Amino acid sequence: MSISIKIDHVVKRYGDNTVIPDLSLDIKKGEFFTLLGSSGCGKTTLLRMIAGFNTIEGGDIYFDDKRINDVPIYKRNIGMVFQNYAVFPHMTVYENVAYGLKQRKLPKEEIDKKVMDILDQVQIANLKDRLPSDMSGGQQQRIALARAIVIDPGVLLFDEPLSNLDAKLRVEMRLAIKHLQNTKKITTIYVTHDQTEALSMSDRIAIMKHGVIQQVGTAIEVYRTPRNLFVATFIGLSNVFNGKIVNTSGVMGVDMGADGIYALPNIDDKTKVGLPVKIVIRPNELTFSQRTTNTIRGEIVEKIFLGTEMQYTLKMADNQLIEVHNDIALPLHEVGEHVHLDFNHDIINVFDANTELSVMKKA
Amino acid sequence: MEQEMIPPGVFPEQAPEKKHHKIRLHFTGWNAVTLAILLFFALFFVYPLITILAKSVYNFDTHSFDFTQFNEFFTNKYGYYQKTVWNSVKVSLLSALIATTLGTILAYVLCTTKIYGAKIIKTILLITMVTPPFLSSYAWIILLGRAGIITKWLNTIGIAYQGIYGFSGICFVFSIKLIPLVNLYVSGALKQVDKSLLEASESLGGHGVARFFKVVLPLILPTILASAVLVFMRVISDFGVPSLIGEGYRTLPTLIYNLYTSDVQENEPLAATICLATIVITLVIFLVQRWLSNRKKIAMSALRPIEPTKQGTVVEVFSHIFVYILLALLILPMFIVVIQSFKDSTNVVMSGSYTSQNYITIFTTSSILRSIGNTFLYSFIALAIVILLGILISYLSVRKSSHITKFIDTLSNLPFIIPGSVLGIALLFAFNKPPFALIGTAAIIVLNYIIRRLPYTIRSSTAILHQIDLNVEEASQSLGANPFKTFFKVTIPMMMPGVMSGATMSWLSIITELSGSIILYSNKTKTMSIEIFNAISTGAYGYGAALSTLLMLISTITLLIFFKLSGKKEISI
Repeated sequence: MSISIKIDHVVKRYGDNTVIPDLSLDIKKGEFFTLLGSSGCGKTTLLRMIAGFNTIEGGDIYFDDKRINDVPIYKRNIGMVFQNYAVFPHMTVYENVAYGLKQRKLPKEEIDKKVMDILDQVQIANLKDRLPSDMSGGQQQRIALARAIVIDPGVLLFDEPLSNLDAKLRVEMRLAIKHLQNTKKITTIYVTHDQTEALSMSDRIAIMKHGVIQQVGTAIEVYRTPRNLFVATFIGLSNVFNGKIVNTSGVMGVDMGADGIYALPNIDDKTKVGLPVKIVIRPNELTFSQRTTNTIRGEIVEKIFLGTEMQYTLKMADNQLIEVHNDIALPLHEVGEHVHLDFNHDIINVFDANTELSVMKKA
Repeated sequence: MEQEMIPPGVFPEQAPEKKHHKIRLHFTGWNAVTLAILLFFALFFVYPLITILAKSVYNFDTHSFDFTQFNEFFTNKYGYYQKTVWNSVKVSLLSALIATTLGTILAYVLCTTKIYGAKIIKTILLITMVTPPFLSSYAWIILLGRAGIITKWLNTIGIAYQGIYGFSGICFVFSIKLIPLVNLYVSGALKQVDKSLLEASESLGGHGVARFFKVVLPLILPTILASAVLVFMRVISDFGVPSLIGEGYRTLPTLIYNLYTSDVQENEPLAATICLATIVITLVIFLVQRWLSNRKKIAMSALRPIEPTKQGTVVEVFSHIFVYILLALLILPMFIVVIQSFKDSTNVVMSGSYTSQNYITIFTTSSILRSIGNTFLYSFIALAIVILLGILISYLSVRKSSHITKFIDTLSNLPFIIPGSVLGIALLFAFNKPPFALIGTAAIIVLNYIIRRLPYTIRSSTAILHQIDLNVEEASQSLGANPFKTFFKVTIPMMMPGVMSGATMSWLSIITELSGSIILYSNKTKTMSIEIFNAISTGAYGYGAALSTLLMLISTITLLIFFKLSGKKEISI
């Protein structure tokens, strides 16, 4: 019953305010697809357009080959899980989960079997006759999850489902959702602002900003090869350095002024020499160096123990602060020490300072 | 229902890119409901009010504008009408001042100080709140009237007391009677004040009286103002109390009633003019209050509400004395009525032997039995319609918000400021001839009930709907229930606690309604409150008291059942 979804040049407007100017996406059958972005980026708006709660001002949305712009919500066969659970407070757990099946006029025995099955899977079968009002957030969200999955929907839609839960429950629910999605292979669209959630659960992620998709790709792709500076800084931690493109004896590279000149063979050969660029180096890609020339220099101003890593904050010559994460097994450095840093030249990213687009070779 | 699509080909000329410039008229189910409700109010509320306006300025016999009744109103050589207006305003202002002050202090004391029996006191306050005021005035006459028990006792010890009649009597009855109402409102506001605010004040050196005036009072002032206005409205529109205890002291509702019963055709325009004057006064008061409280609006929500704590001995003693005296003054009238109902129906007050004759009378006299039957029949019909309209109107104004639905919401709350006598006269004028000859029918009594008591149900339904997350209804639709099913299976069940709370208040105030129905009733459509009022004003104290006791019993039981079912010990108004 799982479906593919095609979003074709859709537009969302509220009066004169355009929230989504022109957005296209293809979501594959059975895929776990995440819309990731900070609040106000239009991710929930898009999800609600797919669900049918929001009108579509332009473009089309297709479920498989069927255009669904004008199909009312209740005929779209979707399973939706909300941030605030939205369980029916006047119905027992069982009645909540059976609700969608009753709408589908299934025979009573079949409803009973399906409901008990799914309640077992989300581990709340023992609560089936209780009202949800005095249950924990985690239990309520399990009801909501069971209720959405039991109807065998074409697509499962999640709107920040874990945001209201505490940290421990969040990890637990993440596993429960991922496990159910894996076994049922239901096409899933998952909205979140939490990148850990996005990176750990998704087959593919779309990163959104101002109603525009910045990049679509697997977790590894968006982390390793961000398309633009926004994605590079939004996903994971990043230090951003200024520099310009140089060509050192036929190999592309960057000139970081006092902090050295580096050959970076992954920069696209067609990049103009002298182009001002932003160089993004993640804290764990920086290493302390014995070398004293052609290095990034700084003074350690803060040192925080993170468990498996030591986090150093360094002040550079221009007063910019950068972060370095080092494995705890490596030799330690002290606050006040002046240090030299090197980095892995193969995996860092460089962006055009004006367009903010990546200047790296396409994979 | 609101998702219905326009069938293709209905607007073939319409260019798609112009779509958002055109107002698309979806004729959906909700639009039909909106229209039906609008028609209902237009016919049964707006049209009667317009009739009053028309009658006061237009002569329907000569077909010309006629302002002679205004002339009469303003220049009557005895100042008859102006004096009545002034009487009404005076008595309402003073009652509002006293009841609001005492009610606020009571609420503050109950909220901050541990009072012995606080729980039961709160329940008793609610029960006294739902008994009709004219019963209190009746009871006070038994105690403090010309031949009253206390009066007589005062006279024997040489004090030449004449009994509480006129201005002071009306003020006295209302000032006490309406304390529970103020208490309920102000307690509600006090619950929203966070304890930490008081603690902060104390840590900065403000405590006791200073703390009340500098911190608490400013926070709850809008509510105090609102309840003062509510008391004012109740007093200025009450017919029963001034007509029983007012004697020569005329107020607007008694004047309207007298003009109406005097049965002189020429009085109609004058009655209309006086109704108009009354509406002008209540409207002005209402608008002033709205303006004042909007300027001082403070949004609060307490994480830790104030809790009653142990106070100093002096404070505790005075608090207990204060609370118990008020309570006694509130219970005493009910108590007197119950005792009176077991006395034989000679006119000698509180003497003679105990008897159950009065109860035998009310349960064997067919006209009285009919009035009891009528009360239940009319109130249940009215209540059913009130619940239906309450659900629909609150849903429209919250979930289908538009200028039209907001307008309906305002319109349906307007009867709060239209006195019952005025609405009674308005309905009378509007429906006295075909095609709407409703005078003397049960329908007009029921209509009066619906219009007057609908606001309670709308208010509490609207309040609960605001708390229901839209996502729950969306979840229902996503699971395959169409909007119609969602409304019945999810929205209405979730609204029910709020609806029932409002409906209980509506019903309790329907069965005690007097001001409007006293103008609209006929011999066949008498209700209990009319029967009681007539009995008392003709001196038939015996069965009047028995009937009153029955009415109070019904109210109390209803309230207790509501508490039991809702699992709460409070009711919202």
